[in-house]
Amino acid sequence: MQTPEEYELSRRGVLVGGAASVATVTMVPIGTAAAATPPAKSPPTAKVAFEVNGTARELELDTRTSLLDALREHLHLTGTKKGCDHGQCGACTVIVDGRRINSCLTLAVMHEGEKITTIEGLGTPDKMHAMQDAFVTHDGYQCGYCTPGQICSAVAVLDEIKAGVPSHVTADLGAAPAVTKVELRERMSGNICRCGAYSNIIDAITDVAGVKA
Amino acid sequence: MKFDTPATTNPIDQMKIVGKPTNRIEGPLKTTGTAPYAYERHDVAANQAYGYVVGSAIAKGRIASMNLDEARAAPGVIAIVTADNAGKLAKGDFNTAKLLGGPDIEHYHQAIALVVADSFEQARAAASLVRVEYARGKGAYDLAAAIDTAIKPKASFGTEPDSAVGNFAAAFAAAPVQIDARYTTPDHSHAMMEPHASIAAWEGDKLTVWTSNQMIAWSVGDMAKTLGIPKENIRFDSPYIGGGFGGKLFNRADVLLAALGAKAAKRPVKVALPRPLMINNTTHRPATIQRVRLGATADGKLTAIGHESWSGDLPGGGPETAVAQTRLLYAGENRMTAMRLAVLDLPEGNAMRAPGEAPGLMALEIAVDELAEKLGIDPIALRVLNDTQVDPEKPSRPFSQRQLNKCLETGADKFGWSKRAKPGATRDGRWLVGMGVAAAFRNNLNGPSAARVRLAKSGVVTVETDMTDIGTGTYTIIAQTAAEMMGVPLDKVAVKLGDSAFPVSAGSGGQWGANSSTAGVYAACVKLREAVVQKLGLASDAVFAGGKVKAGRRSVALGDAAADGELVAEDKMEYGDLAEKFQQSTFGAHFVEVGVDAMTGEIRVRRMLAVCAAGRILNPKAARSQVIGAMTMGAGAALMEELAVDKRFGFFVNHDLAGYEVPVHADIPHQEVIFLDEADPTTSPMKAKGVGELGICGVAAAVANAVYNATGVRVRNYPITLDKLLGKLPDMV
Amino acid sequence: MKSFTYERVDSAAAATAAFARTPGARFIAGGTNLLDLMKLEIETPQHLIDVSRLALDKIEATADGGLRIGAMVRNTDLASDARVRRDYGLLTRALVASASGQLRNKATTAGNLLQRTRCPYFYDTNQPCNKRQPGSGCAAIGGFNRLHAVVGASDACIATHPSDMAVAMRALDAAIETVDAAGKARAIPIADFYRAPAKTPHLETVLAPGELITAVTLPKPVGGTHIYHKVRDRASYAFALISVGAIVQRDGSGRVALGGVGYKPWRVEAAEAALPRGAKPVADGLLAGARTTHENAYKLPLVERTLAGVLTQAKG
Repeated sequence: MQTPEEYELSRRGVLVGGAASVATVTMVPIGTAAAATPPAKSPPTAKVAFEVNGTARELELDTRTSLLDALREHLHLTGTKKGCDHGQCGACTVIVDGRRINSCLTLAVMHEGEKITTIEGLGTPDKMHAMQDAFVTHDGYQCGYCTPGQICSAVAVLDEIKAGVPSHVTADLGAAPAVTKVELRERMSGNICRCGAYSNIIDAITDVAGVKA
Repeated sequence: MKFDTPATTNPIDQMKIVGKPTNRIEGPLKTTGTAPYAYERHDVAANQAYGYVVGSAIAKGRIASMNLDEARAAPGVIAIVTADNAGKLAKGDFNTAKLLGGPDIEHYHQAIALVVADSFEQARAAASLVRVEYARGKGAYDLAAAIDTAIKPKASFGTEPDSAVGNFAAAFAAAPVQIDARYTTPDHSHAMMEPHASIAAWEGDKLTVWTSNQMIAWSVGDMAKTLGIPKENIRFDSPYIGGGFGGKLFNRADVLLAALGAKAAKRPVKVALPRPLMINNTTHRPATIQRVRLGATADGKLTAIGHESWSGDLPGGGPETAVAQTRLLYAGENRMTAMRLAVLDLPEGNAMRAPGEAPGLMALEIAVDELAEKLGIDPIALRVLNDTQVDPEKPSRPFSQRQLNKCLETGADKFGWSKRAKPGATRDGRWLVGMGVAAAFRNNLNGPSAARVRLAKSGVVTVETDMTDIGTGTYTIIAQTAAEMMGVPLDKVAVKLGDSAFPVSAGSGGQWGANSSTAGVYAACVKLREAVVQKLGLASDAVFAGGKVKAGRRSVALGDAAADGELVAEDKMEYGDLAEKFQQSTFGAHFVEVGVDAMTGEIRVRRMLAVCAAGRILNPKAARSQVIGAMTMGAGAALMEELAVDKRFGFFVNHDLAGYEVPVHADIPHQEVIFLDEADPTTSPMKAKGVGELGICGVAAAVANAVYNATGVRVRNYPITLDKLLGKLPDMV
Repeated sequence: MKSFTYERVDSAAAATAAFARTPGARFIAGGTNLLDLMKLEIETPQHLIDVSRLALDKIEATADGGLRIGAMVRNTDLASDARVRRDYGLLTRALVASASGQLRNKATTAGNLLQRTRCPYFYDTNQPCNKRQPGSGCAAIGGFNRLHAVVGASDACIATHPSDMAVAMRALDAAIETVDAAGKARAIPIADFYRAPAKTPHLETVLAPGELITAVTLPKPVGGTHIYHKVRDRASYAFALISVGAIVQRDGSGRVALGGVGYKPWRVEAAEAALPRGAKPVADGLLAGARTTHENAYKLPLVERTLAGVLTQAKG
């Protein structure tokens, strides 16, 4: 292997201080013409109708509204959490037409006619879903903020395994995946828990799935 | 109530409810998405507008000019707050940098404006139209380069930066076996799942904020100082906090800007820090460079212990107290510690879970492993050999309890430590396998803490305190405490937290929350018991049990005491000098097994065990969760967590949750925790101590030592990533 | 996020027509990268054309024994398809090593190919970045670049392409089928799909404005043992430091493509002849002309060692 060549420091753009110790930088947002102030126009809106937790909902939304913000700010279903708003944490996980997705990285208006299940649709404090109950029993949460996303994911993960969707740790692509702790850990990895309840969460899911450790 | 003599027998000792593994009482709310977090309080104030924070594009310098015209003209914009129009703002006592910057800029992404609009989408879009010209200044961003400029910081919280006992230099020089090594720990981010968020509303000159904050009274005081208004005019409400880890100890830009935005907009305003802004806008655990020197006799007795640490912070900030544990953890006649602080213009360094001990033990406990190897002594035996039951700097002062040796020995037994082979000798397919151990140590701290308890006719006991539950299980241990004290089942207790209208508690931080806040509830319950007995005309030695109060042959329903009106009692637990007479600390031992891919150097944790001795464990279920969570964070610190510093532009580059990697499910195996039986009568009537930070102390070193045992490669610069192993792994076949 | 108008279309022709009609338009399908970038105003379309419901969601056999994968096939569905699992295991392996279950449920085949780099300087609009703002400089050079390219980069850009799926597609000799506003269809070999950064790192593919990906085709299966080894610091839900996708035949011959080393999935066919001789000559050929930085030089030995491990594994 040849000796790698090192890069020179980039010449442009990296005008940090330098000998003069002061440089002026102007930050112009990208893709914006530096024209005179335009008159304020109302942002475009669009109508969307979908079903949330079994109830038909119709909204007229700023087209920019994420499904997450539609749920939290417009329908006041705040059980779905905003942790990062960039698909990097999984706190916003909801189940759409039977599949779990990050509700932060999808526009509400793209979900016309779809069926959305949020944590509120799985159960209530008085009538909890088995997964919610198992999370309480196994202390599968601490601060509680990632918890609705973990639970929605967990419910969907068991269905995914049942449907034969393979994962990174599925040894044999020709065989149906099994509900094992290793499979669950891999499949749940899109839901970050900074309190570190992972070990307990896996216990809760295996409990619901009826798996022995 | 003043706690100034060791506790004797009290109602908590019944342990009918306290000490039992108990599901969190708020669990059904959290698992159904019905626990309300700060940004979600649609119910508390009508007509909420949305604020979006603009962060500085430079790390240091000045705002040369700011043009708000386009942003103001954008659809939906109601108001824009900047330092120019916000009026005079003082800096809070707990903040190092200003929460609203300008014209001077102190760090990257320091907030410089809040754009308030009718909708989130409008506020976010308009925020990008704020035009700013900066005059970039020269800053210092490289700790290693700044080390020569580091100075001796002033004492903080009564701790001097330097300590010395005996003659370290001479003893180290004379020691037949020596370790002298440098270690580095990087900057870490709290990365709690809930972003800092607040809703603010003004009614006349009275401000209410619904926020996410660990220390209510501190933050009310700082807000009053910052805004220049009486603290009586401010109410904070923070019943649910989506993680803190020290990152929400103080007011941050969200709460101040929500308050200023609400004033400017003349309507309630809600603000959450965008995730990509959080890491540079808020605080972090500062990086350290540490030098550890250990001198020992040939049979392993430590004769010289030296630990120095360098860290950086903004002007006016403090050091990362990474040497703190070294003053107490092991015996040794000659000792020195020192901390030095450099000025860095990176974002503000501050407390993150187990500040001091977490990075300090990352270094010290590798050094002990290195010494054990050099001596040819088992690392557990070496630690046991150098145990001390007294403060090594002041032998007249004993530890109140110290079961470190038992933690190590119990863990060794449970973990199968005897199967540990020499470095690089264990193979499982493509994996090199190794085991590591480290001691865990964290001091116990108590703080004054008050509570109010109400007894209703129904027999329901309601506790009110401004204490916070940041995932620590506080709701539940407070309920357990009140239930035990008042002799009622858990479901007859209601707990209300996080409201500054309630009595001032110790708050959540420094693992002082559990023991301190429950002790405050204990004190209030003692008063309530007195009021009940008096009201019912019972003897003062009446027994509270099964929802009844019994004295002699009389047995009365507890609620009867409130038959003609609620009974209310309030008290505060305060502390005498027991913490000076006794060194109160918590101890543990971490055991880790790792696999290292012999080809790629990828490191995966296979097994983890913690054994802890931390006073009475109030709720073993939640305490165990605190410990496994801390172990998880420790595994992150060992293997992946590092804020990457751009030393030219002066900021943390990987400032989101994709760039700053924290452990995911797949990184963490099943975790075991063992609590040793312990009750410490010197800490409070609860006989408890903290445990939430103990769990992270030493974990990373145990991982590092396991990686060494697996590979024979010693990495002293965290995180231990595969690029640091690659060149030293066994040759390819 | 800049405001935009939105329309949903039901055919590829309607999509390309809408594009031609509307200035500043972009297609959106899964949206998992585009919306991410729009929130940061790195992408600022004025009009979004929702192509997510086009009838391009099927995986069909082709006449020559291969597969045609509709552009809208979700990553999860592609990974789960029985034919893909049986005949193109490398593709399933690469897909399930990527992102998270939630993201794979949304992300599409076409969108995955069009992912933009995860370079943190590209993502921070305060920083110079020639890809985001041509001519502003490359902050990654001389900055934090542990994750960056070691081959194919230029003085203007050292970003990597983040896709795992594309690495498998490259090893499988996939072709990308498109249609433009004039209704003209073409098939682009994946080897020719991505453009080298040179002095224009903002131009990433050979697609013309408004050209829509309709399908990705795979030639008939080549057999062999399929292995995808993605190397990362954390065990899941992370972009690759490097990845090695390999198809190894019984006689030791085969194909290798790399992820995380360049602006595109990296394959050098000429280097593959050395496969029976082991990892070193292949890695040398793959990484010929490599340029590294202090922080990413580890990728060179890492590629070699990872490939060696893959070849050992292939032998069973």
